[in-house]
Amino acid sequence: MSDSVETAAVAAPVPGAPFTGQTGTVVRSTVGQRLFKNPLGLVAMAILLAISLLAILAPVLAPFQENYSNIAKTLAAPDSVNILGTDSAGRDVWSRLLFGAQLTLLSALLCAGVAIAIGLPAGLIAGYYAGKFEAVSNWAVSILMSLPGLIVLLTIRAAFGPSVWMSMIAFGILISPSYFRLTRTAVQSVRNELYVDAARVSGLSDLSIIARHIFSVVRAPIIIQTAAIAGVAIAIQSGLEFLGLGDPTKATWGVMLSEGFKNVYLNPTLLFWPAFAMALTIGGLVLLGNAIRDALEDGEKIKHRKKAALSTTAAPAAARTVPAAGGKSVAAVDAGTEHHLLKVANLGVGYPQADGSVKKVVDDVSFHVDRGEILGIVGESGSGKSQTAFSILGLLPDNARIVAGSVQFDGNYTVAPGEERVDQARLSKLRGKRISYIPQEPMSNLDPAFTIGHQLVTPMVRVLGISKEEARKRALKLLADVGIVNPELTFGAYPHEVSGGMAQRVLIAGAISCEPDLVIADEPTTALDVTVQADVLDLLRELQQRLNIGVVLVTHNFGVVADLCDRVAVMQNGRLVEEGSVRDILRNPTEQYTRTLLASMLEGKTPMSMLVSSQKEPVA
Amino acid sequence: MSTVEVKEIAPLLTVENLVVEYPSKKFRAKPFRALTDVNISIGQGETLGLVGESGSGKTTLGRAVLGLAPVTGGKITFEGNDISHATRKQRRTLSRDVQVVFQDPYTSLNPALEIGDILAEPLGVQGMEQAAARKRIKELLDQVGLPSDAIHRLPREFSGGQRQRVAIARALALSPKLIVCDEPVSALDLSTQARVLDLFLQIQKDTGVSYLFVSHDLDVVRHISHRVAVMYHGEIVEQGPAEVVTRDPEHPYTQRLLLASPVPDPDRQEQRRADRHRLLEIQRQQNEQAGVPA
Repeated sequence: MSDSVETAAVAAPVPGAPFTGQTGTVVRSTVGQRLFKNPLGLVAMAILLAISLLAILAPVLAPFQENYSNIAKTLAAPDSVNILGTDSAGRDVWSRLLFGAQLTLLSALLCAGVAIAIGLPAGLIAGYYAGKFEAVSNWAVSILMSLPGLIVLLTIRAAFGPSVWMSMIAFGILISPSYFRLTRTAVQSVRNELYVDAARVSGLSDLSIIARHIFSVVRAPIIIQTAAIAGVAIAIQSGLEFLGLGDPTKATWGVMLSEGFKNVYLNPTLLFWPAFAMALTIGGLVLLGNAIRDALEDGEKIKHRKKAALSTTAAPAAARTVPAAGGKSVAAVDAGTEHHLLKVANLGVGYPQADGSVKKVVDDVSFHVDRGEILGIVGESGSGKSQTAFSILGLLPDNARIVAGSVQFDGNYTVAPGEERVDQARLSKLRGKRISYIPQEPMSNLDPAFTIGHQLVTPMVRVLGISKEEARKRALKLLADVGIVNPELTFGAYPHEVSGGMAQRVLIAGAISCEPDLVIADEPTTALDVTVQADVLDLLRELQQRLNIGVVLVTHNFGVVADLCDRVAVMQNGRLVEEGSVRDILRNPTEQYTRTLLASMLEGKTPMSMLVSSQKEPVA
Repeated sequence: MSTVEVKEIAPLLTVENLVVEYPSKKFRAKPFRALTDVNISIGQGETLGLVGESGSGKTTLGRAVLGLAPVTGGKITFEGNDISHATRKQRRTLSRDVQVVFQDPYTSLNPALEIGDILAEPLGVQGMEQAAARKRIKELLDQVGLPSDAIHRLPREFSGGQRQRVAIARALALSPKLIVCDEPVSALDLSTQARVLDLFLQIQKDTGVSYLFVSHDLDVVRHISHRVAVMYHGEIVEQGPAEVVTRDPEHPYTQRLLLASPVPDPDRQEQRRADRHRLLEIQRQQNEQAGVPA
């Protein structure tokens, strides 16, 4: 995605050089490519194309007219003239099948067309404008959906006679709510997007906004829905005709089915051919719908042949750290490093791509944290700082691979050299108990369905094995400790009832509730207001000093670093560019990148002066 | 626009006693009041920085000027014309003069459209011909420092900073007189933020455009603004020259805000932290004396 552009523009990595930060790009294929790669989609499209061609060419291909009957030759077996035989009136089955395909497919299209013509515009308007129209159309939709469909269709047949077209128009109307609901929901999800606001500010009329910005969102779901609806329409129509309610003067698959059923003991193949044609068409439509849906969903399957690709990159790094790469049993850590609370050595994290290559996001990162120490990891977005933090916690996504290096916690490996994935069994014993986590977005990290008290008590009961009552007492004390004025009130509150700063205090209380040795804080104040940030920083400092815990603080803000950290590591493009004490790095950075970052700080700059434009730099 | 005299004396944009209320979802409940009695004005070529915490109503003020928030009371005047309740047609004329850059460069560009089409949109609304529009788009990309081959690329192929440049180019397309900037650098990295701020300053120098610059970051606002207004709970509590408001504020909230933002040096930050605690203590005592519960 954008990463490839960014990397090229900002850093211009040396081509061909191994271990230079993030390598590889995200490889994606288009919807069309994915659709054609899917064998089911390909088969479905081939079937539907063949049936459509046969239907279109029916007048040319069919040897007889649909109702031409040869009384002398009824219920005949296949021969050279009637290749599929004849029915009870001596009509050619093959010809009727072809003409039937024409009529059946057209009526299915008519049904879907009517449903789209009603449901799509109504859904667009209701979704975009909301208000009265939406209320009224919701009522109409509810009424339509509560009507018993088959009875309505029978009534219409009684009123208008046996017309395929009438019944399909009626069915189209009956089924239009499905389009309405689909469209309305899709539109509602983009109605408040900023680009729609921007178009409004540009003075675009509502009609052009809907056509340009909103319609594109509903296009794909409509196509999928239409495939399904066309299948249903064929089934319903044939069902009606099978019951003998169709137009006997027209050849459709349903009429043929009805006719075949009457003669099922005399010639069962009469039943087979129309049923086979219907099954093929409906099955094709359903499979095509599924294939399009799969192609649109981004979840691409990465082929599991990464072993070969990975070992080439992983081997050198692993060999460098530990010559005899550890097997099943966890190797002992290097002598002399046990006293570090956390030690990350030559860590590399990568994501296998669709084409078999590996996109590296963290490369050769080493640092350590001792008890009672705060290490800041600073970097811009995409520098790999969060990925590093997550590999310590063992919370990397499933498709991520540790391609190099090791992580050790309190003298034991959590990721031993040569291991490809974080060992969850080893880490789940530590996580929550000895290593805890403070996330960036306080609100999305609290479950809205449970009270704050419940979310604090449950982990304590599980991890510490104390009684609920005891855990409750501890939780109240913790809430008071993190500076919440009325702990009882907050304890019983739901997450939506407290402010963002309060929620972050709750999460900090949760993080220290099981008396951890190490806290990983991933941008803990970024989502907060500046005044609240200052309070939360005070709280973190006070708790860290009192409990003597080690902290890894991931942030992009040098002010936060200056406020809290003892040591700083600066990351860029997945690599650690500089590490040192906070005073050294902030006052006398040796690396150009750190200097550029510090120069971008606004504090102490002359207002209205150019910040970086004096140096000619590539565009951000 | 009709009377030249008025235009020369009056500022570009004035907002008088503005009230914005959102109707409550609950039946017969009191509407939610987002803005109370707001007064601001922006002159030509001037930047008014609007600073405040989340939920203070600063974004709502920008949206009200753009016609995206309901004006319940008060008056918004642009070049002498009352635009508080402008119709869609008036808005279309107005869009030549008033434009916007939003906070999130990831959702403010339609992911399905090419950059060229995104930039052509405002030009097409004003009836510009294809060839002329193409030429203008090339100029715009050049102005914001993007390569001209960006025309046929999709937003997802660009980084956050580059996308924000596209959004700025879209705002500049019709050479507006006022651009409402709603937290335009908040979602950007530090070094990217610096470059985009440079771009804003350069554009103002070149075109004389005015900005209503909304941000939660006092440092950003100090850097780019001529004057600064501070919002707190839907009201403007302090307004004045940037140098005064951001260095020596009067209102207790602005004082707290100033000392809350950390500086990138451990020792000076320690000093600032101590100052902040002292200030909080003083304000607490003042509140106690005034009988305000903490």
